[in-house]
Amino acid sequence: MSLRIVVCVKYVPDATGDRHFAEDLTVDRDDVDGLLSELDEYAVEQALQIAEDADDAEITVLTVGPEDAKDALRKALSMGADKAVHVEDDDLHGTDALGTSLVLAKALEHVGYDLVVSGMASTDGGMGVVPAMLAERLGVPQVTLLSEVKVEDGKVTGRRDGDAASEQLEAALPAVVSVTDQSGEARYPSFKGIMAAKKKPVQSLDLSDLGIEADEVGLEGSWTKVDEAAERPARTAGTVVKDEGEGGKQLAEFLAGQKFI
Amino acid sequence: MAEVLVYVDHVDGAVRKPTLELLTLARRIGEPVAVHLGAGADTAAATLAEYGAVKVLTADAPEFADYLVVPKVDALEAAYNAVSPAAVLVPSSAEGKEIAARLAVRIGSGIITDAVDLEAGDEGPVATQSVFAASFSTKSRVTKGTPVITVKPNSAAPEAAPAAGAVEQLAVSFGSASTGTKVVARTPRESTGRPELTEAAIVVSGGRGVNGAENFPVIEALADSLGAAVGASRAAVDAGWYPHTNQVGQTGKSVSPQLYIAAGISGAIQHRAGMQTSKTIVAINKDAEAPIFELVDYGVVGDLFEVVPQLTEEIKVRKG
Ligand SMILES: Cc1cc2nc3c(=O)[nH]c(=O)nc-3n(C[C@H](O)[C@H](O)[C@H](O)COP(=O)(O)OP(=O)(O)OC[C@H]3O[C@@H](n4cnc5c(N)ncnc54)[C@H](O)[C@@H]3O)c2cc1C
Ligand SMILES: Cc1cc2nc3c(=O)[nH]c(=O)nc-3n(C[C@H](O)[C@H](O)[C@H](O)COP(=O)(O)OP(=O)(O)OC[C@H]3O[C@@H](n4cnc5c(N)ncnc54)[C@H](O)[C@@H]3O)c2cc1C
Repeated sequence: MSLRIVVCVKYVPDATGDRHFAEDLTVDRDDVDGLLSELDEYAVEQALQIAEDADDAEITVLTVGPEDAKDALRKALSMGADKAVHVEDDDLHGTDALGTSLVLAKALEHVGYDLVVSGMASTDGGMGVVPAMLAERLGVPQVTLLSEVKVEDGKVTGRRDGDAASEQLEAALPAVVSVTDQSGEARYPSFKGIMAAKKKPVQSLDLSDLGIEADEVGLEGSWTKVDEAAERPARTAGTVVKDEGEGGKQLAEFLAGQKFI
Repeated sequence: MAEVLVYVDHVDGAVRKPTLELLTLARRIGEPVAVHLGAGADTAAATLAEYGAVKVLTADAPEFADYLVVPKVDALEAAYNAVSPAAVLVPSSAEGKEIAARLAVRIGSGIITDAVDLEAGDEGPVATQSVFAASFSTKSRVTKGTPVITVKPNSAAPEAAPAAGAVEQLAVSFGSASTGTKVVARTPRESTGRPELTEAAIVVSGGRGVNGAENFPVIEALADSLGAAVGASRAAVDAGWYPHTNQVGQTGKSVSPQLYIAAGISGAIQHRAGMQTSKTIVAINKDAEAPIFELVDYGVVGDLFEVVPQLTEEIKVRKG
């Protein structure tokens, strides 16, 4: 029986671009180029390796995002995923983490899955909460923040490096996994992969397909509200000296002046 | 006055500093009720009371160590049901955020993560967050349900405010999901004797410029002269020169110390994301054009192998 792997990938504004907020205090996505969150490339990579180790597996990449989010799906398809699902709806604008996890959970149930693979955090919101929320909503084990992952005999095992300890985890499928950037470099799409991706199916779903009411998501349905967003005053560059042999002593003088010594 | 649940981060009853900060912040919005799970509640209770906990709810069970995250969510939910708090505060560790996330889903409440400040507002607690690699500062609040807020370490100075701290046993019934993810083995991290990276008042970090694991003692010696924690850039971690647990940045630890010293680190956006809220920033880099110099309060353009040992020596001399 085929192992159904679904990878959740987010389309995010490029972190090296000039990110800012729109009038409604949501993230302005029109002004910055978007891309597949780099941390989700690690999720795609691990899914590909799990699929390679399985007798028979199929990888679907899933995103909730605007029209342009198709770019993120294409990237994942060109890396080797089999098909894509895009949840796209005007009413999704401004959806927060709880709303996003609701839509993803409904979409996962709609698509069908044995294993859900996510990144450790998005590179924009960076909350690191969606995978745990998905496990809670779906009622399946969470095996999260793994730096090593393996799927065998209907079980997922992996290593989680925490602050106090490194833990070896185990859970039965179906399960939600998230992987860190320590899990292994993500592959680059090959030319063949890029060409093949153009022919792979991308299914579009909207809120009504998933049985979600518009007021459950979006800015209005959000459980949180941003009241203010202010650009922090850029740090004004302080004193920079060139070491002419006394650099360490000069620095000590500065630190003493600041009462650090 | 409304009660505020504070999830206690501790090691066998030794309460970690971020929890004391949470108790301090909690007092701005209500009366702190601490939730202590696992062993050591008796030891912890005194500290929690000293920092303002009117009550300490405790539960101990093997499930907390044997299974991942969910048993702790079951317990926090039980505390939530027992108290009907005005807010739930959790330290912003990786696990803390996951516990908070699941609780928010269960109780149908909004969640704010990585707050760096918290104050009372007309419509509930207002959280300050630092976003986009700390280039923006936002003020947000939860509009539905009971605010669940995770707070970053070093967001407040812990203030003692002795309170009753009455210890009460919390009845927890573990749901079927609680045993879903088994912890089959655990290897504790060896203690270095240095301060915890996220809690330290001073952090000294080394990057690719340190050029080898064998050179990291240069960084460690400076850290030790200042009583600081040691950090590393991802380049240094990926090269295997320093453990990943010490990585500072977007996918490592986010630190906010009084003083951050970066040696041989260029200052990539992902590194900045984890240190830009430090109060005072110092860099040592041989490249005058390195982007890290854009944020420094004091920078030295020079070879770290000259500058750092001289600095360490000078600090030792000054400290006598
Ligand atoms: C600067 C900033 C601050 C924000 N602050 C808050 C806040 O405090 N509270 C709040 O509720 N919302 C906040 N948001 C909104 C936030 O972007 C969304 O809630 C987001 O969809 C979920 O959180 P995250 O992106 O941090 O995901 P994370 O929890 O960090 O994502 C983890 C993983 O979940 C998966 N995933 C996440 N989103 C999607 C998606 N859309 N499609 C497919 N897979 C996905 C990916 O695998 C990802 O690697 C903020 C957004 C920004 C940009
Ligand atoms: C998704 C993602 C997440 C990431 N997360 C993180 C993260 O959490 N943390 C992080 O740090 N990075 C992270 N990175 C990597 C980041 O982009 C940079 O590659 C990294 O920070 C570079 O580390 P560095 O400054 O040590 O190395 P480099 O950029 O190579 O800089 C080394 C510096 O050392 C200087 N130098 C060399 N020799 C000497 C000497 N003898 N004396 C003085 N100076 C010297 C050089 O002039 C140079 O400026 C992430 C990247 C991605 C894509």
